[in-house]
Amino acid sequence: MTEIFGKPLPVIMGQMLIGLINGSFYALLSLGLAVIFGLLNIINFTHGAQYMMGAFAAYFLLNKLGVNYWWALLLAPLAVGATGVIIERLMLSKLYKLDHLYGLLLTFGLALIFQGAFRHQFGSAGLPYSIPESLSGGQNLGFMFLPNYRAWVIVASLTVCLGTWFVIERTKLGAYLRAATENPSMVQAFGVNVPRMITLTYGFGVALAALAGVMAAPIYQVNPLMGADTIIVVFAVVVIGGMGSIMGAVVTGFGLGIIEGLTKVFYPEASNTVIFVIMAIVLMIRPQGLFGSR
Amino acid sequence: MNFKRKLLSAALLALTAGAANAQISGNVVKIGVLNDQSGTYADLAGPGSTLAAKMAVEDFKAQNKGFTTPIEVIAADHQNKPDVGSQIARKWFDSDGVDVIVDLPTSSVALAVNQIAKEKGKAAIISTGASSDLTGKACTPNTVHWTYDTWQLANGTGSAIVKTGGDSWFFLTADYAFGHALERDTEAVVLKSGGKVLGKVRHPFPSADFSSFLLQAQASKAKIIGLANAGADTTNAIKQAAEFGIVKGGQNLAGLLVFLTDVHALGLEKAQGLIFTESFYWDLNDQTRAWSKRYGAQHGGKMPSMGQAGVYAGVLHYLKAVAAAKTDDGTKVVAKMKELPTDDPLFGKGSIRADGRKIHNSYLFEVKKPSESKGPWDYYKLRATVPADQAFRPMAEGGCPLVAAK
Repeated sequence: MTEIFGKPLPVIMGQMLIGLINGSFYALLSLGLAVIFGLLNIINFTHGAQYMMGAFAAYFLLNKLGVNYWWALLLAPLAVGATGVIIERLMLSKLYKLDHLYGLLLTFGLALIFQGAFRHQFGSAGLPYSIPESLSGGQNLGFMFLPNYRAWVIVASLTVCLGTWFVIERTKLGAYLRAATENPSMVQAFGVNVPRMITLTYGFGVALAALAGVMAAPIYQVNPLMGADTIIVVFAVVVIGGMGSIMGAVVTGFGLGIIEGLTKVFYPEASNTVIFVIMAIVLMIRPQGLFGSR
Repeated sequence: MNFKRKLLSAALLALTAGAANAQISGNVVKIGVLNDQSGTYADLAGPGSTLAAKMAVEDFKAQNKGFTTPIEVIAADHQNKPDVGSQIARKWFDSDGVDVIVDLPTSSVALAVNQIAKEKGKAAIISTGASSDLTGKACTPNTVHWTYDTWQLANGTGSAIVKTGGDSWFFLTADYAFGHALERDTEAVVLKSGGKVLGKVRHPFPSADFSSFLLQAQASKAKIIGLANAGADTTNAIKQAAEFGIVKGGQNLAGLLVFLTDVHALGLEKAQGLIFTESFYWDLNDQTRAWSKRYGAQHGGKMPSMGQAGVYAGVLHYLKAVAAAKTDDGTKVVAKMKELPTDDPLFGKGSIRADGRKIHNSYLFEVKKPSESKGPWDYYKLRATVPADQAFRPMAEGGCPLVAAK
């Protein structure tokens, strides 16, 4: 059997594939963060809680209303995105003129409130959510058994990430958005409703987090703290990719997932620190992040 | 409502305080429940343990009308971090007048507080903490280890599985004191029963994603994948193992520490067939059922885990010892606890050994199929009862300095 550094090749390939799956979640979450930071200049610390709320929304839709996974993929992001719109209108919009720090503090506080409320109501052991019937089972790839659901996660995440990148970088709507971040008053003067655009952008970023939450629900327990654990890694991903860079967020998300997967083969104990080690190195060599421009 | 009740009891306490015993420090017996109130282990210990301690105080007062010294229960969250736990324990002992700390899940925290209690001459009653070192090389005259330990789990589950043909193992171990102890004790049992260990991997605690570790376990071709972890780590590992077709592929999972609350979180569909060892189940007999109904009525219908049951029984016995010794001095009360036979509705009659190990029956349970379950929380069927004298590590093998000195 072929070996690399004393580890059999099939094991390494298996771990890389798993890294890619984890990377899908990192990419989806950091994409939302990058969109929000890029256009609003807000560091959205509520992102993890909104990811968790997406998973809970899916749970309620299934168990209270009998709405299946596929509809939840659409409805949960809409519902959680709507709460995002409310937050932006009532609170965040008051902070744009202030330092970044205020937005960070507000969203961090909101995250603690949401997590605390859900934990109070549902405990912390988590609630079960089953994999949809049509995606259960899996394929034997020879070097590993790939559950169908995980394959779906990779495909869905890549599609959403590339779609978002395309809309923002290559369409007229995206051009308005980018222009509005450079010079809002000028864009407003051309008759574009900038505040509404910003509100909807925040709602969209939040909806992305909720979408990731729905996709995560069948894999992890639906747990009030699921976002708190993940969000720290995701922030590291965004910092490495470059704050506000959409391509950076996506590429680094998948890349770091793979690196983390490989660490689990060679030195499992380090698997939850490796991303932060990379972050420290990147910040020393290229403080603006790998893809960042400012 | 709760506040009013507190106010009322405080007023009552103030009235009766005059008659208090001079030997009780600060004229109050103060019980501190120190556990994970919000994280991975919050459902199996957490606020449920605090409730159990309060119920023990209520029942003790009802049975001992002559004991007029006020008894108070407080609780704090150690977040599964030894430094946070130690800080709270020191503050409680030094300036808040706490006499005994109970529960202590997360072995690394339990081991730290175990030492602090000894240093300060206070008492520790460990219920949800697991490491068998607590009554082995780390034993102290101030600690009672009540509910279960890693040796008991390893012995109960490990030998039962090897006997039924599961003779090659791969361990998935939580990378801290508890996981290491559980892995070590189980490995010893597997080897002793004629099985072999093909490999192990240590995962960060806590972990959400086990896929890559499960893949390594799968590649080892071991018949049994031993989960030396607990709480949400165990439930996530079981859930993801199902997804990767591990059980369908002919490998079996052995949950080395599974709590009732974990089975509840997994659902019977995913948990069915799991075999594991516990010291308590709510549906064992009339007494456990009656108590658990009372507990459930105050805890949103949830049934108690063995850890929460152990907090109740431990606190009850502690208070009996305080009344008998007429003091709340930690070292003296623990000595009295070891002297008195134990008797409570949840664990029945038992005793506490010189090394601090509480002795009672241990049970091998199997999780029911969904079709076998008659209602909510009807999850276990009893496979075997390990009698009290065989359930725990013989005192001579633990290496406890207290015993060796004799």
